[in-house]
Amino acid sequence: MTVGTTAVAPAAPAPSEHPPPRRQRGRSTRSRYPLWFLLPGGGLLVLLFVVPTATSFYFSLTRWTLFDSTFIGLENYATFFQDPQLFGSFVHTLVYAVITSVGKVLSGLALAILLNGRIIARGYLRAVVFFPVLVSAVGIGITFKVLFDPFDGLINRVLGIVGIDGPGWLTNPDLALTSVAMVDIWKGVGVSTLIFMAGLVAIPRDYYESAHIDGATDWQRFRFITLPLVGPATMTVVILNVISGLRSFELIWTMTGGGPGFTSDVLASVIYKKYQAGLYGLSTAGNVVMFVVVAAITIPLYRWFRRREVAQ
Amino acid sequence: MKSSNAPRRLVALIGSMVVVLCSAACSVGSLGTGEQADGDTTITYLVFNEPSTVKAANALIAAFEKDNPAIKVKLDTMPTGSDGDNVVKTRLSTGEMSDVFSYNSGSLLQAIRPDEYLVSLSDQSWVKDLDKSYLPAVSTAKGLYGAPTGGTTPGGVVYNKAVYAKLGLKIPKTWDQFRANNLLIKKSGIATPVEQTFGDAWTAQLVILADFANIAAVAPQWAADYTANKAHNVDQPALGSWQHLRQLHDDGLLNKDFASATYDKGVEALATGKAANYPMLAGVIDAVRQNHPQYLKDIGMFAMPTATGTDSHLTLFLPSGYYIPKTSTGAKLDAAKKLVAFTQTAKGCELLIQSGSYGPFVNRLCQVPADAPAAIKELQTYVAAGNTGPALESVSPIKGPDLPQLAVEVGSGIRTADSGAKLYDQNVLQQAQQLGLPGW
Repeated sequence: MTVGTTAVAPAAPAPSEHPPPRRQRGRSTRSRYPLWFLLPGGGLLVLLFVVPTATSFYFSLTRWTLFDSTFIGLENYATFFQDPQLFGSFVHTLVYAVITSVGKVLSGLALAILLNGRIIARGYLRAVVFFPVLVSAVGIGITFKVLFDPFDGLINRVLGIVGIDGPGWLTNPDLALTSVAMVDIWKGVGVSTLIFMAGLVAIPRDYYESAHIDGATDWQRFRFITLPLVGPATMTVVILNVISGLRSFELIWTMTGGGPGFTSDVLASVIYKKYQAGLYGLSTAGNVVMFVVVAAITIPLYRWFRRREVAQ
Repeated sequence: MKSSNAPRRLVALIGSMVVVLCSAACSVGSLGTGEQADGDTTITYLVFNEPSTVKAANALIAAFEKDNPAIKVKLDTMPTGSDGDNVVKTRLSTGEMSDVFSYNSGSLLQAIRPDEYLVSLSDQSWVKDLDKSYLPAVSTAKGLYGAPTGGTTPGGVVYNKAVYAKLGLKIPKTWDQFRANNLLIKKSGIATPVEQTFGDAWTAQLVILADFANIAAVAPQWAADYTANKAHNVDQPALGSWQHLRQLHDDGLLNKDFASATYDKGVEALATGKAANYPMLAGVIDAVRQNHPQYLKDIGMFAMPTATGTDSHLTLFLPSGYYIPKTSTGAKLDAAKKLVAFTQTAKGCELLIQSGSYGPFVNRLCQVPADAPAAIKELQTYVAAGNTGPALESVSPIKGPDLPQLAVEVGSGIRTADSGAKLYDQNVLQQAQQLGLPGW
């Protein structure tokens, strides 16, 4: 039919990270592809992402049993914010995101510098650091649950040999969340290391050489060359880790189940439990809340980093 | 680079979607196979996928098919726990449910809308054989929908007879007697007075759940008031159970590893006499029989000691039910009804006992076998005296989903009994509102 020739709508560029510079403003340009080329992808996008997102916003305003739903306005949100678990889980989520992000940035940068240096078995060590990333989080969670067992676990047995009475890593309410965060850092540091290694390689050697000639110490070279120029990589690492920290679920679920009691519950595990309990409307509202929280934290963070980058 | 990848990804995506769609369609087809060429009727039967359940179901099918050669039964399985709940809800709402399925009675049954989705079985001849205590657990105001899948599961305190004999202890009836016993055991140092296993959070609930028959004995209307939002956990008598849970911890009666120990460890500690008491379900007895048979003679069980009277009552968790969805019709419905009726005959009961169910049963054709473990027979004294009562979840549709975690917190000394009961009341509110109960 005429679709092919009449499709002269403004070019809809494929989504990419950087919007292309505006050119030929005001003049309608011939699209590189006919518009219906976008239909399959657009259809899938609408079907798989836009529709579910929109319906979840609606169902968060209902009492929903999978069979039918009653519209109850904002009551789910009111319940969610009055739920005594929620405030705790909210704080735990933030604490967890901060601990894991800081941990992964610091250890990731340190490891990247080490693994970019001239050391023995560098290729092997690089692979080893990355291995935990490839292992299933559930498998790691179950393994560490066994290792962390306060009486029979390997960790406390080893501590016992040297005369230390190891704590209940996952059963002490004050310690459980931190213990899981440590495992998370161990599991995820490989990605951060990889990004930092790429960032470090991108710094031109000339800077180091000229600084060396000027008599800069190792620390000064790190402080005034490496650290500022590895900024973009740091931004990526921080944002990735904050997002994954806020969404964290598998490790916490397999290691503590949010316990003991609710002491290591995070937003995602609380929402999961509400789903399990059949409180579908309430947990959908929880998911909307989580969506807003993740967006509210990461978008400003991204903007802030971008502005700093431009300023440099 | 980027754009050249996109079509390939799209193809992969469409491909994977086709696979998903096909697999969904295929499973629908295989579930729907009905009449066969030779006039036989094939029905499907859905059970939880625990090995013991599947074994018992296969034995049932074999016996049933032998008696009814014109009917073929195909076994389907689903995961246990909340995943199973979702399978049942999804398949009911999409009209793909198996012709017969077993699922919980009581509060969980109410959540799957029996009036809307299940075939009423009120007119079946086996209904008259059922114990009247079971009927409310599988009924709504409009009809009866289920037949019992097995015996009741008593909840209370499983104890080690050897430890009791060594210290000359008597079986406690009141909470004060129980506490005195425990303090004596603690003083003697020969065993852990009370085993708790919060590594499996569900086990923390038993001190509360198994106390319900005691509460109902002094306050028969409590469950109805609770369902109608007139009785709450923060008030006595219900608060007493929470206080007991906390007191066990504060008295220092628990095993050292209570926070991390699991159910299996608890069973082992009790069987070997490392622990004297374990607030638990009678399932422990069968677990000891299977895993530590040499210690079975040392195991006994009594009802949760009461703080509300002088005589303790045994709490019975009622069996799950067999149900038929409304999507089973015609010859299949008849065959499904026959299968359900078969389970309620003396022959069906025999199969149950062979699969390790000891009762007490809720079908009068089914009696506790003579060779049942001593601990099971011990419990018959409560049945004979009429000192039993159904668990709260069998007589009220509401059970707050956070009970295990709250019980862990109170039982570990993280939270006070009052605070735990208060939070649980808030949790119950969410469940009651979700079910759309009047008065909430």
